[in-house]
Amino acid sequence: MSDHEIAHPELAEVTVIDDSEDLSRSEVILKGALATGAIYGTLMVGPYVRKALAMSGGGDVEIVNFALTLEYLESAFYAEAKKRAGAKGELMKLINLLADDERQHVEALTATVKQLGGKPVAEPKFEFPYNDTASFLKLAQTFEDTGVSAYNGAGPMIKSKEVLGAAGSIVQVEARHAAAIRLQNSEEPAPDAFDPSLDEAQVLKAVEPFIA
Amino acid sequence: MPKSTQAGVSRRRFMAVGGGSAALAAFLAACGDDSGTTTTTSSMPAKSSGQTSETEQFGEGDIGILNYALTLEYLETAFYADVVKSGLFKGKDLAVIKKFGEEEAEHVDALTAAVKQLGGKPAPEPKAEFPLEDAKSVTELAATVENLGAAAYLGQAANIESPEVLASALAIHSVEGRHAAVLNTVLGKSITPDGAFAKPADAMTVLKSVEPFIVG
Repeated sequence: MSDHEIAHPELAEVTVIDDSEDLSRSEVILKGALATGAIYGTLMVGPYVRKALAMSGGGDVEIVNFALTLEYLESAFYAEAKKRAGAKGELMKLINLLADDERQHVEALTATVKQLGGKPVAEPKFEFPYNDTASFLKLAQTFEDTGVSAYNGAGPMIKSKEVLGAAGSIVQVEARHAAAIRLQNSEEPAPDAFDPSLDEAQVLKAVEPFIA
Repeated sequence: MPKSTQAGVSRRRFMAVGGGSAALAAFLAACGDDSGTTTTTSSMPAKSSGQTSETEQFGEGDIGILNYALTLEYLETAFYADVVKSGLFKGKDLAVIKKFGEEEAEHVDALTAAVKQLGGKPAPEPKAEFPLEDAKSVTELAATVENLGAAAYLGQAANIESPEVLASALAIHSVEGRHAAVLNTVLGKSITPDGAFAKPADAMTVLKSVEPFIVG
């Protein structure tokens, strides 16, 4: 890998800690998603997630539990950022909004897992690698783009129409977050016409090593 | 398409139908998931008996949904092209509008190809006219169109049968959401006007909202 261009090194430094010493399937897929995004870019996350979920064959409960794990990450990230990101003014308002949205996503997905007769996964601990507002914003952007890509990848694997509708409602909000954070970074808010890219064959080959 | 829908009144009519998000939300809540047992839209092709979905006027099943989306993307593409030509925007704002317009054009191409792949006939490009008075009202219209577009995709997600078509629709849906958030930001409005969960719009509501812009 030494001669490989790493797309998002900050994603590779995010740690997911589970005290039970027994990683849930959702945590394994989340770690794979972060590694895929780190190395190949966030557009690759969707195809990876889709393939990983297809191979594990756990159905809607597993898909929603994966989404819940992703939302735990985002929710913890913004809750912490309120104190840690050195933000004020407009950015502080945005962080409060995002924190509130992600918390609501956690609650809704927890309820959905229960409704489906499953057991919601426990919240892992996370460590986020940033030390100032700029590095916080950079990580926020890759998280939001990763979230959009992951939901879009998982969407076609969902069997229940109700669950698909709920996931769609959430992913649109993640996309809106992604655009808002990108504006903060003076980056193109909608860099590609398709989110993720439709060219999946190449992508799948690239992410194969991360699929357990 | 009757000529009674003229461009001169279209902005007011559009804002009346689709502009107030509270009214739209109330309307959506009233409609629930029942996408159109009472069709009031007169100038759209009439539903034939036995059809259960508003998108079936564009074709059966996934083909109809794709053609419905294609029609909306044609409108968005034409809208941005007209806005670019209007000269109302310059510099960074113009660059954003051009970028969004290019992305909508890519959506048109992708949806056209998808309809053909399914063995269907792509919907024709509607002839459209948009009120282009000043930068502010055009930005407001753009935001309304993008928020509605995102809601339109969300409203169809669960109706799509093919996983490949769903993947394509989702890939476009979130880009519409990004566009909507940018335009809302420019207007000083919330990036998430529906809160933490985006609301879907059914085809009847969406078609009624865009009807004033279709002139032939």
